[in-house]
Amino acid sequence: MDEVLLRSLTPSVLAILVHRGADFAAAEDAVQDALVEAVRVWPADPPRDPKGWLVTVAWRRFLDATRADTARRRREDLVDEEPAPGPAPQADDTLQLYFLCAHPSLTPSSAVALTLRAVGGLTTRQIAQAYLVPEATMAQRISRAKRTVSGVRFDRPGDVATVLRVLYLVFNEGYSGDVDLAAEAIRLTRQLASAIDHPEVAGLLALMLLHHARRAARTAPDGSLVPLAEQDRGRWDTESIAEGIGILQAALARDRLGEFQAQAAVAALHADAPTAGETDWVQIVEWYDELARLTDSPVVRLNRAVAVGEADGPRAGLAALAGLDDSLPRHTAVAAYLHERDGDLVTAARLYAEAAEKAPNLAERAHLTRQAARLNARLRH
Amino acid sequence: MAKYLLLKHYRGAPAPVNDVPMDQWTPEEISDHMRYMSDFAARLEKTGEFVDGQALAPEGTFVRYDGEGRPPVTDGPFAETKDLIAGWMVIDVDSYERAVELAGELSAAPGAGGKPIHEWLELRPFYGVSPTITE
Repeated sequence: MDEVLLRSLTPSVLAILVHRGADFAAAEDAVQDALVEAVRVWPADPPRDPKGWLVTVAWRRFLDATRADTARRRREDLVDEEPAPGPAPQADDTLQLYFLCAHPSLTPSSAVALTLRAVGGLTTRQIAQAYLVPEATMAQRISRAKRTVSGVRFDRPGDVATVLRVLYLVFNEGYSGDVDLAAEAIRLTRQLASAIDHPEVAGLLALMLLHHARRAARTAPDGSLVPLAEQDRGRWDTESIAEGIGILQAALARDRLGEFQAQAAVAALHADAPTAGETDWVQIVEWYDELARLTDSPVVRLNRAVAVGEADGPRAGLAALAGLDDSLPRHTAVAAYLHERDGDLVTAARLYAEAAEKAPNLAERAHLTRQAARLNARLRH
Repeated sequence: MAKYLLLKHYRGAPAPVNDVPMDQWTPEEISDHMRYMSDFAARLEKTGEFVDGQALAPEGTFVRYDGEGRPPVTDGPFAETKDLIAGWMVIDVDSYERAVELAGELSAAPGAGGKPIHEWLELRPFYGVSPTITE
């Protein structure tokens, strides 16, 4: 049984239940139950109409749960056995679900968890494993999130930007576990792109595809980070790159530039270079200029300083770095790199060691410590 | 989405405001303190922010490798050890500010006289994952 195919039915089944009058929280629980049941039953007894099967089972679960509640409340309410005649599910139901799960009233971690469950069809256990928290904690996070959005109308249009931020988080800060969160983020962004025609959705999808294409080359067999310039470009996934570039070009042609398209353009220029030495750094600097105009983010200006260092030499890079707050994450690492390129190995070694102390994760710390050790060994000879 | 360790020390942290050793409290004050701690953990579980919480016995042993084929060497406990960890709580929160807020609440656990201990807790960030997109 194809679990991804099964999960791809989640949003539309959920939307049908909501249209029949189930409240979102109860409908979502019922769909989750139906998915678990499908995983159990389908391998031996595959249904002819998977979606119809899921709707039937989920609706029955919803009625059972509602009846149990009703019994507890001494049958104060009666529930219709028959589905309420609601409007037929719309093509943009999936889109509404994305909006709801990324609602601005949710914290980022709640929005991520709810999106993965209600749109992605992952189980609470899978999400808990992926983010390294106990299942009970994740269950509470999800049910709180559902309570938070319970008053939000399902048919109100939302802001695509909030959805994109959630999907970006899933892609970029995914932990491990038996679910590949980067692949899941790509699947959900692809599904979103088919529900709404928006250049920034396309931009994010392109960005993800272009980065995912380099994944195999990003880490050495021992788990250490391999910097972009040292990656074996033969291990990049050319199919994914071609798809990302195609999507990006179509988006850029619409002339509604946004930050994800600009970021994807940078990634595309890296992906396009047959060797690190052939990277078109001048164009990359131009894209960072665009990004700085769009976002005014200090992180963008830091990345721009790196690109300037490659395009115009390390002195120019250091000059670009000089105006930036040195408490920015990775500022010291960038300074170390530019000083090394400039030939000042003593300063570079000191800064690499300092950057290692401030690294936000173990892989980067190890990488920076190795850089410091490499320079210190050279300085001793 | 970041994990933090809240470290509680037997020794090594600056002195708390309500600095009365636990064995001088009344039994009720001890019960109230324990209840506060478990209520705090239960509340964090409800908010979806709890990861783990453990308490450690104060008496520990130092152990080190002593060469091929030889049993490990053990030593201690050392009375002079400056930093003695009493326990921890691991939380998974959306921001550093939220982690500080929760540490502050935990530090308000009641002690002698039923008043907050104002105990110093050490807040340490976990290393996160290396993000996919860095350039």
